[in-house]
Amino acid sequence: MRKKPSAIKKVKDRLARVTLASATAISIVTTIAIVLVLGREAWGFFALPEVSIPDFLFGTKWSPLLGHEKHFGIWPLICGTLLVTAVAACIAIPCGVVTAIFLAEYAPQPLRNILKPVLEILAGVPTVVYGFFALTVITPLIQMIIPSVDTYNALSAGIAVGIMCIPIVTSMSEDAIQGVPDSLREGAFALGGTKLDTSIKVVFPAALSGIISSCLLSIARAVGETMIVALAAGNLAQLTLNPGNQVQTMTAYMVQIFLGDTDAIGVEYRSSYAVAATLFIMTLLLTWVGHTVSRKYKEVYS
Amino acid sequence: MKKRSAKSHAKKQVLNKLFVSFCVFVTLLSISALAVLLITIAKQGWAHLDLDLLTSYASRHPEKAGVKAALWGTVWLCTICVLTALPIGVATAVYLEEFAPKNRWSRFLDLNIANLAGVPSIVYGIIGLTVFARMLGLFGTMNDPLVEIGDPVSFWYFRLPFGSSILVGGLTLALVVLPIVIVSAREAVRAVPNTLREASLAMGATKWETVRRVVIPKSAPGILTGAILATSRAIGEAAPILVIGGFLFIRFVPANMFDDFTAMPLQIYNWASRPQEEFHAVAAAAIMVLLAVLLVFNGVAAFIRYRFQRN
Repeated sequence: MRKKPSAIKKVKDRLARVTLASATAISIVTTIAIVLVLGREAWGFFALPEVSIPDFLFGTKWSPLLGHEKHFGIWPLICGTLLVTAVAACIAIPCGVVTAIFLAEYAPQPLRNILKPVLEILAGVPTVVYGFFALTVITPLIQMIIPSVDTYNALSAGIAVGIMCIPIVTSMSEDAIQGVPDSLREGAFALGGTKLDTSIKVVFPAALSGIISSCLLSIARAVGETMIVALAAGNLAQLTLNPGNQVQTMTAYMVQIFLGDTDAIGVEYRSSYAVAATLFIMTLLLTWVGHTVSRKYKEVYS
Repeated sequence: MKKRSAKSHAKKQVLNKLFVSFCVFVTLLSISALAVLLITIAKQGWAHLDLDLLTSYASRHPEKAGVKAALWGTVWLCTICVLTALPIGVATAVYLEEFAPKNRWSRFLDLNIANLAGVPSIVYGIIGLTVFARMLGLFGTMNDPLVEIGDPVSFWYFRLPFGSSILVGGLTLALVVLPIVIVSAREAVRAVPNTLREASLAMGATKWETVRRVVIPKSAPGILTGAILATSRAIGEAAPILVIGGFLFIRFVPANMFDDFTAMPLQIYNWASRPQEEFHAVAAAAIMVLLAVLLVFNGVAAFIRYRFQRN
């Protein structure tokens, strides 16, 4: 028979529960703090006479620092961010997914034991190192092939962000592929499918939601990536779709503001909060959709 | 059953082979990116890598520049970050896995932590600056603090608001890595077999005693591995520190938690963003130091994992 715990033990148990629950509350408080701080400061920015919300949301000119007429249209920054992200996605998604299929379906165990730690190292390299790599290696390489490219350009930064994202896509996609039950594979083989048929037509579609989720989460990382773009993409906010041009991303703008000597009450300084709020909303949507998709797939096979 | 013709079968075999080689090619491409990265950085930084690099401060002359202040700054930051994030993260993980009822509310908590993990680190930097460094302007400004205790050079110095201090840097990094600590600690706690919990409860232990005496010791290696990985993330983070105002030109080692500071990734950013080639070489050498530190951390994590997986 189970012994009844003494009163003091009960009190201790109660106390521990409360302590642990309050630690859990910290993560909620953090979320609330992010929303409130960004909301309050962004509101303060929009209340300024130089700024209007429609101009911010639909404006195509971002020139908060230069000249006497300042423009606060977010689109050049979003355009820069999306350009870098698009280049990164073009590299990270194909490379990451194919590597994941190879690791999960084809690679023999000894090879996996080597490749997985290598990918982990790739994931652990600080982003400032990738930025340095983009600036001193990738950019000169690109300029050797296409001489007209700017010293700072979206392509170089995008490639570095893409390399950074490969391990994220790979590790999550691999989990998804390994989560596909063997019965599906065996069924495909039994119907006369080759290994290729099985991988492409059965396993890949079955793991698709997990793979999509990994792609969305890595895109969220690319959107919020800071040090690579601050070093390699430049500081010129412009609306362009040419990856060879210099661009400014939302994160790079914030770096420019916080590194500079702008005073803490100036309109430029406050604009960084509005940019941060935009960035936060974008990444929030991406991670939210990514997790909803991945939860759906987990429910199917578990 | 329909029999496939020999021709189409041969074609399929070729396709199969082609696909495997394609996979190998792409995988090698990803791996070779790492090789190229390491080799080019080593090539650029090799000449600068010596003991002087570790023992001298930042300088206007590239040949005299070193990472002493940045290295010590990183040590301080990591210590503060781990001391904050680890207890909170483990407590959250234990609560969510062991105590929280599985309902709508706990699903919301899951989603919340997943979202926090996705928030860009620079946004945490802005929150750190506003809430920790400026304290929302409640205690005067950063340069003119309302509350000051002790001498700014003593170890016991305290001030409100915290200002762009190393304490704020550590706390902000703790926010950045907290979701990582929580997720990895949850996995470690979940991996503890239920039979152990049931045995402990059957002996008359309370839930908390079970957690403290059985679950936490059993999951400690996993928690530790996660903590080390989170720390290596914190070591490499530059963006949040840059935002809260880590200084770029510091020629002293921090004396207390409210001192100005710089950190390795920030110092590397500073050197890399300069136009002079000579500073790029210093940056490359500093990157080698940073990567060496990270390698040691990851090595320890791998060792712990290996050691306890075998048992």
